[in-house]
Amino acid sequence: MTSARLTYPHRGLGLDHDWFSHKPTHKRAPITWPGGKRIALWITVPLEFFPLDAPAQPFRPLGGLPLGYPDLWNYSGRDYGARIGIYRIISVLDRLGLRATAAVNSTVITQYPRLIDELAQRKWEFLANGVDMGRVHHGGLKVEDERGLIRTAQETLAQATGAPVLGWHSPARSHSHNTLTLLAECGFEYVTDWANDDMPYMVTTTAGGLCAMPLTYEWSDRVLLVQHSLTVEDYEAQVMQAFERLNEEAGHYGSGRILSLSVSPWILGYPHRIATLARVLTRIMGGGSVWHATGMEIVAAFKSQLPKS
Amino acid sequence: MRDPARYDYFPLVDRPRIRWPNDARIAFWVCPNIEFYELNPPDGQGRPIWPRPYPDVLNYSLRDYGNRSGVWRVMEALERFGVRASVSLNAAMCDHMPDIVDECVRLKWELFSHGIYNTRLIYGMSESEVREVIGDSVRTIVRHSGRSVAGWLAPALSSTETFLDLLPEFGIKYTVDMVPDDQPIPIKVRSGKLIAIPYSTEINDIRIMGVRGYPSDRWAAMLKASFDQLYREGEENGMVLCMPLHPFVVGQPHRIAALHDVLRHVTSHQDVWLATAVEIADWYLAHHYDEAIRYQVSATARRP
Repeated sequence: MTSARLTYPHRGLGLDHDWFSHKPTHKRAPITWPGGKRIALWITVPLEFFPLDAPAQPFRPLGGLPLGYPDLWNYSGRDYGARIGIYRIISVLDRLGLRATAAVNSTVITQYPRLIDELAQRKWEFLANGVDMGRVHHGGLKVEDERGLIRTAQETLAQATGAPVLGWHSPARSHSHNTLTLLAECGFEYVTDWANDDMPYMVTTTAGGLCAMPLTYEWSDRVLLVQHSLTVEDYEAQVMQAFERLNEEAGHYGSGRILSLSVSPWILGYPHRIATLARVLTRIMGGGSVWHATGMEIVAAFKSQLPKS
Repeated sequence: MRDPARYDYFPLVDRPRIRWPNDARIAFWVCPNIEFYELNPPDGQGRPIWPRPYPDVLNYSLRDYGNRSGVWRVMEALERFGVRASVSLNAAMCDHMPDIVDECVRLKWELFSHGIYNTRLIYGMSESEVREVIGDSVRTIVRHSGRSVAGWLAPALSSTETFLDLLPEFGIKYTVDMVPDDQPIPIKVRSGKLIAIPYSTEINDIRIMGVRGYPSDRWAAMLKASFDQLYREGEENGMVLCMPLHPFVVGQPHRIAALHDVLRHVTSHQDVWLATAVEIADWYLAHHYDEAIRYQVSATARRP
């Protein structure tokens, strides 16, 4: 009696896939950030479009419209982010002299004209965040259809901003088995969907390498404020604890660390939360040795220190 | 079955007193669950393993965080406070990530069986299949660590009606699969001897911080309140507090300070026995098991 439940095809050294190896964060070679700073502060701002008729299959993304069709409440609540919330965030970042990395659904460009120009003027970086939040990636997609979604997202964004689009974030971090290979094939430099590390590491695919960047999930506004319903006081305390610990470890291990913040216009952009964002960023920038950078700037600094193979 | 019939009702009120070594009031043990979740486990296990279809990159990677970063922070914290752990270990970790298992051995942590993978449930398995899982897991851990395996926690809280009966066949002395008590209790099995050691789902990091999303300081407050209450009660009768941990939850940078806080609180008390689960089991079996059985027989006889 050998059932599939008692056979273990990948039981051996390392992980059960070939995309990257098991190497604990603190055992990898130290990384030095520009100016010898301890922390790279990486602010990402998701700019998303949640279609009113998005299918809940194969799963509904966090933030997806939860009420019965047509869910005007949540649809318009997400729109608040693009109409009002994002401009509050821009103003906070401007005041502090910070640039963010916008993770953009390509539908945002037509749905919210002018928004991209505002951000491009400020020299934010743009990474592709798929087509929209109703178009998640999954194993049921034909490979050419998934390639189409990726190319549409990348090309539309590149055209609108006039800059190459080198970073990728899947809507709701959704993947098929082919996603990483397709991203490498389309010339992406980095992917931000794996929540398993504090630092970048390299991913191997049959179409070339990618850098995996540690975009926070655990202390994103989406998880802390929406999924876990925390107050802004608790949000601030948790983010500051992450910063303090990573800052301490950077000193302890003699290697830079990344503090990733995910700032959603439809969450932190509300009047009752925006002051918290301003205070958190002020505390972080004043709290030690911080290099503020976009995703690609961090990837470039990281890759320049990899041993040549 | 309507009642698992593994223990009878003997409330704390008139039980014989448990005395821990050095008359400690409380035995405190720490249980990191060190786990491997497969990206593509087989279907047909009684419930879906991942919330999303293959490959569930989000949920897989969140768990892998424990092995790349989180567990090392947990190790550092426990070592700093001089506390050893009893690891609920998916045995396949010995094959996949021996670096982590070797470090547990270096820290003199106990290793006990948590099945093969956390993505392999035992629901619906025949006894011979369950035997294969228990035997494989015990042999793998013994072979890798050179030490015996005395405890069991079924992977991902799965179960069958009879798996407890099979544990003594493999030299297992204690189970943590049930949480009816704050003291060890005898468990009825077909043959051999088995006891249950208190574990907890109530103050488990994964339930409190992972699922319910409490901030880490509120989780630490729950742990400290549990400790304080049992420390008081332990003056009358020795108690057990287990702190179950999941490195991918508590080992996050925004949470690890809370673990330091709990350990500081516990180790600042005098009458605490910082024990491993097998030490608690061995002490109970040597000093209290027979007395508990005698008490249960006579208390049952007195019942109308």
